[in-house]
Amino acid sequence: MCDMRSRTISFTLNGRPVTAEVTPHQNIVEMLQTQFALFGARESCGQGLCGCCTVLIDGKPVSGCLTLAIFLDGMELITIEGLVASGRLDPIQQAFIDCGAFQCGYCTPGFVLMTKALLSQNSDPSDAEIRDWLSGNLCRCGAYPEILSAVKTAARAIKRAATG
Amino acid sequence: MTETNVPAKQVNRSIPRIEGRDKVTGRAEYAHVMQVPGMLHAKIFRSTVPHGRILRVDTTAARKVPGVCAVYTSEDVLRVIPNPYYGPAFHDQPILAIGKVHFVGEPVAVVLANDPHVAEQAVQEIVAEYEELPAVYYEVEAAENKVVVHDELKPAGTFADLKHLKGRKGTNIALDFGLRRGDVDQAFVSAAHVFEHTFRSQKVLHLALEPFASIADYNDGGVTIITSSQGPSFVRSEIARLLGWRENRVRIKVPYLGAGYGSKLYIKMEALAVALSMLAQRPVKVALTMEEQFYTITKHPCTLRIKSGIDKDGRIVARQCTVWWNGGAYADVGPRVTQKSGFTASGPYDIDNVAIDSYALYTNLTPAGALRGFGVPQLAWAYESHTDMIARALGRDPYEFRKQNLLRDGRQQATGTILKDAAIDKVLDRIAELLAWSSPFDRGTGTVRRGRGLAVAIKAVISPTTSVAIVNVAADGSTTLYCGTVDMGQGSDTAMTQIVGEILNVPAEAIRVVPRDTDVTPYDMGTLGSRSLFHMGHAVHLAAEDANAKIAALRRELGEPEGSNTPLPELFRKKYGMQAGNIIGTGTYRPDYIPAEAQGLTPNATPFWMIAGSGVELEVDTETGHVRITRLITVADVGRPINPKIVESQLSGAALMQLGFSLFEKMHVDGGQVTNASLADYKIPGIHDVPPVMQNETVEAHQNNGPFGAKGAGELGTFGVSPAIANAIDDAIGVRLTELPLTAEAVLRGLRAKDNRPLGDV
Repeated sequence: MCDMRSRTISFTLNGRPVTAEVTPHQNIVEMLQTQFALFGARESCGQGLCGCCTVLIDGKPVSGCLTLAIFLDGMELITIEGLVASGRLDPIQQAFIDCGAFQCGYCTPGFVLMTKALLSQNSDPSDAEIRDWLSGNLCRCGAYPEILSAVKTAARAIKRAATG
Repeated sequence: MTETNVPAKQVNRSIPRIEGRDKVTGRAEYAHVMQVPGMLHAKIFRSTVPHGRILRVDTTAARKVPGVCAVYTSEDVLRVIPNPYYGPAFHDQPILAIGKVHFVGEPVAVVLANDPHVAEQAVQEIVAEYEELPAVYYEVEAAENKVVVHDELKPAGTFADLKHLKGRKGTNIALDFGLRRGDVDQAFVSAAHVFEHTFRSQKVLHLALEPFASIADYNDGGVTIITSSQGPSFVRSEIARLLGWRENRVRIKVPYLGAGYGSKLYIKMEALAVALSMLAQRPVKVALTMEEQFYTITKHPCTLRIKSGIDKDGRIVARQCTVWWNGGAYADVGPRVTQKSGFTASGPYDIDNVAIDSYALYTNLTPAGALRGFGVPQLAWAYESHTDMIARALGRDPYEFRKQNLLRDGRQQATGTILKDAAIDKVLDRIAELLAWSSPFDRGTGTVRRGRGLAVAIKAVISPTTSVAIVNVAADGSTTLYCGTVDMGQGSDTAMTQIVGEILNVPAEAIRVVPRDTDVTPYDMGTLGSRSLFHMGHAVHLAAEDANAKIAALRRELGEPEGSNTPLPELFRKKYGMQAGNIIGTGTYRPDYIPAEAQGLTPNATPFWMIAGSGVELEVDTETGHVRITRLITVADVGRPINPKIVESQLSGAALMQLGFSLFEKMHVDGGQVTNASLADYKIPGIHDVPPVMQNETVEAHQNNGPFGAKGAGELGTFGVSPAIANAIDDAIGVRLTELPLTAEAVLRGLRAKDNRPLGDV
């Protein structure tokens, strides 16, 4: 982008300091795809209602399609690609595989990141708490029952790793 | 993995999906987020009127927007593709509207730019003028032909049963399927009771979370299209036909699909992307927004009038069904839905006298296609509500009444085809058992009333269709599978590797499935109608057996003793002197089929029957009409499942999808305009809508002509949900709803009408 109005921002992307040239109208999804070749945050509804574009800013889940990239300046951004540490899946990702908690997979990164945010605040969520946290993520394939069990499986795995 | 490491059995095993890691890490590729170097972005200018002659499309201002590369209309398309009409059954849909528009949202012009925002902005600068024509939206009205959508019918010619419609004028009927068995008129006269009801189902959207996307890169040598398609082979032949090319110049690549549910079949954005790339001489990406999906393809709204005659012993002796399918402005696959679902419109019952008339109708709405059931969910909604109403009117238990009339193996289905490997009775019995049907049921008190209902349905798979597969064993003994079935979330890649693994005796997880690319993956009719596991499963089975036979031949050629288990790499080294060569197994499968005659009868309507049903327990709040599903049961006959866990997820996911279609989803159309074309206004099931208890089961069964006894499962969970809910609502509060969706408002209106205190219109 060589737009006159573009600005340079600096932020932390999946643990690494980066800079990006962004225009005022550019959202996070577009910036990740065009400037960092990261395609795990995906636009679907474009209205912040489906959760497919979920990313974590300073640990908080936000809709990447509604958040302007320019606001990332000085912040810490985690995307689905940032969950894999030296080739090892996050326990949440592993639980999603083990429980078959996806079908087409388009919404999956959003569910995984929302679960990440939930479990970082509440290591042992109840069914109702899980449902409340995940109510902003939609899965048209209807893998919700498997997702519920994946969240619980991940919570147990994380607890085991911490105590073991 | 060598063959000395003999794995456990591969089929009937719940292995995790082979693509799981790609999906949970966000690395799985989807066309909507893919890019190719130098590509332009296309944004579409769409019709604002439902039916009209195009008087003028002014693109002057749009062309002047800085950054715009080009603006095209049908005049430009006609320069590169002289006959730009496409479709699987009718060649009726133009790449961009020519002369007339036929629905609100029809593509009229396109802007190309490097920056999609620029293209979007420039679209706003296009001005079109139309001479509005009368429009027709309702299917029963369309059948009267007072307003005619198309001047002339243009069947594609590929289907024999559509040929007689060629050139027909003054009609909206794109197919009329009729079935006559016995003599319904006589049977109604002699029946002890006759019941007649009319049901309607609404217009709903597939709403795949990945909207349609196609990227075309054209040059004179050939064209490559990356696309979100459920049927790469069809796209290839249809693009070749449009260009007047041989198929080998057209390459279709399909990454993972952000699901399809029937929406991404046949041609969607591909022809437009090709035309634009031809015009611009650059790669072009057409990626729709969520809103635009509401103007691309939907489910068929449907009106079904159903009449049954019952004898004094409670047997259904006659059933007459008249079905009007609202196909929207272009036929897409509507005529096939009309015919194939017509086969089973009378339901899973043993009835001697059946008359079915099923009409595919053009209207001025977004075109309709297949959605997870090929019409069967609309039919089952009607015939299983009707069946319950009859039972209640006769004072019969709805389960016992069904049981008495059920179609059983060895009996002729309405088409005359003998029923075989169709566990209807087991499915019905298991639902009743899970519901503890014969035990007392808590009916609730005060303003919360409880009810339960069940429903069971039958489907014939679309036939005849062909699948081809290739199994490639490399010189190190590793195996690669080439098959055109698109894994859009149903788990087909995993199931296919299990079939190969079972035959070649290697772990499924060690087999690689080549991504769909028509340059390398052979023909497949399409990923639709729950046909893949059966048809492609057979082709894959045959290909693996062929590879096995060739391995055995190689062993003999090399003088290996009978029963030798020399590892494969060693065999290859012996044969070629080094690690070299391949063994290629191929398989082609096409089941037998006998086309229906004039009376709609055939002794072989389908290679397998699909059977499923639902059980529901619910609560109705009598003050608000709100319905809360407390238990949702899905039971199906899938033969012997290849991967039980994936099958269970398919049943459960399909049931949840149909829950949305039953309770709240509806495209609201006002004067031809969709007024809720976004996820803000069109609600789909979220995690809070998941019933507290869900049970998904398959009955013990074996499909004798299926690969390892299996058959398809993708659609089954949808079949019984809507009528089971309506039956349970009636059970709870004595209100019968005959139109979907079953909203709180509809329930409350029903309650108030029953109390002689009807609510006024809003």
